[in-house]
Amino acid sequence: MNKLLDLLRQNARLSNAELAAMLGMSEAEVAAQIKQLEDDGIIMGYTAIINEESVDETRVTAIIEIKVAPMKGKGFDDLAHTIMEYDEVDSVFLLSGAYDLSVTVTGTSLRKVALFVSERLSALDGVISTATHFILKRYKEKDHVFNEDTTDERSLVSP
Amino acid sequence: MIDYDKLIPDKILNIQPSGIRKFFDIAQQVEGVISLSVGEPDFKTPWAVRKEAIRILEKGKTAYTANSGLIELRRAIADYLSDNINTEYDPEKEIIVTVGGSEAIDLALRALVASGDEVLVPEPSFVCYSPIVTMCGGVAVPIVTKREDNFRLTAEALKEKITPKTKALVLPFPNNPTGAVMRREHLEAIAEVIKDTNIIVLSDEIYSEMTYNGAKHVSFAELPDMRERTIVINGFSKAFAMTGWRLGYAAGPLPIMKQMLKLHQYCIMSSPTVSQYAAIVAMRSCREEVDKMVEEYDMRRRLVVKGFNDMGLDCFEPEGAFYVFPCIKSTGMTSSEFCEKLIYDKKVAVVPGNAFGESGEGFVRVSYAYSVQHLTTALGRIREFIQEIKK
Repeated sequence: MNKLLDLLRQNARLSNAELAAMLGMSEAEVAAQIKQLEDDGIIMGYTAIINEESVDETRVTAIIEIKVAPMKGKGFDDLAHTIMEYDEVDSVFLLSGAYDLSVTVTGTSLRKVALFVSERLSALDGVISTATHFILKRYKEKDHVFNEDTTDERSLVSP
Repeated sequence: MIDYDKLIPDKILNIQPSGIRKFFDIAQQVEGVISLSVGEPDFKTPWAVRKEAIRILEKGKTAYTANSGLIELRRAIADYLSDNINTEYDPEKEIIVTVGGSEAIDLALRALVASGDEVLVPEPSFVCYSPIVTMCGGVAVPIVTKREDNFRLTAEALKEKITPKTKALVLPFPNNPTGAVMRREHLEAIAEVIKDTNIIVLSDEIYSEMTYNGAKHVSFAELPDMRERTIVINGFSKAFAMTGWRLGYAAGPLPIMKQMLKLHQYCIMSSPTVSQYAAIVAMRSCREEVDKMVEEYDMRRRLVVKGFNDMGLDCFEPEGAFYVFPCIKSTGMTSSEFCEKLIYDKKVAVVPGNAFGESGEGFVRVSYAYSVQHLTTALGRIREFIQEIKK
């Protein structure tokens, strides 16, 4: 199943027939395994990897570090759940190290994202401090290389 | 005015440029062609190998090496051959590090072939054997391998071509362009024929790492009594994705290697030094990377074989290298017609099978040394092409 996951990680749009051929399985087996992975909550969904800045120049993504004062008996979960609810928030992670939560926020302008952080996130109970980092350039995401010349340097035809 | 045609010996003038070259010129004229025609890995050389080359350059190790190559590299090669083909070679005397497998082929043939000698060359196969034999004044005798034999050389076909003048047999397996593999039992049948002759076998094993379906590579040299009559040729280009480093090697019995070393001394001196140092790292610590690449090739191989069979083009399931060799006879076109029309109509480049010998007519060589995405796009275009010409 790990190989199937590897292939889907690289390209979730391969058809079951293609996956079956590559893995030396039948199409029915592939379909059954994918369903199992979905049912088990291992595959959570399928999305496209998009070069966001190319879609719309003003669109920005920021990674926000948040330091949290954990509340007794609740840990970080309550605050994380509150943050998750905002539409602007793409992802929320609890991290080890110098700060606690890492939140990814996307907005249509720098100003909107900055305001969202200062007015919404900073104001939440338990938030000690925030630091906002805007993404300036994407080099690689989900194993896909961005904005680089990927021309095949090999000769068109060789023996 | 110099008449160059009179200047240059007929032996050289009459050598035809490779059919691949001709096809390359056509492919280059068409804008936006996507290619399935490349005979080299799409992977980059493993980082550890590149890093070692940088380190060696920084240290300024840029002098010639010993003629036969760095002894540390020859030891690594000896260990590799011992582990992989169960055959022992003396790294001091029986291994030469060459400029690609190509130079090793050239040395071996020049060391062996005298005027009038015959060299048996199974076809379809890589393009260089026959021209080199011709340049040595020898005669290249093709042995046709057939689809119904899974493009393997058979003992019967071999026997038919052996004459008192036969000096050598080239064994190009795993095969470019067919992807055919000779398993142990097939090699044993060949050894049975060879054992009572004085024929030397040139075993070109450059694709030895790329075998599939559990068909682990077997070398002719590892069969009983065959080491003494076999020259093993291999290299770093395919296994370690190191084509541009130009590094290969030959291993064989001392009396032949001695002669090959003289040729190498006079024409090459020594193989590229930085490449040699980096190759030690490739041999000693890149097993994992090689296995990963092979696994990736294997998945693509299955995808492409199925792709062609689904289109209705009969495609033999290759067990080695990174090519498939589908039959295009059902389209009613020749290999060249098919490939040219495919380029002009759908902008996909595959190589006509007859570029690898006349017996490749009716087939095309498709390389799967490309990303899955590239392969599915190209296969999609070929599928459309087949549907359109059927109408």
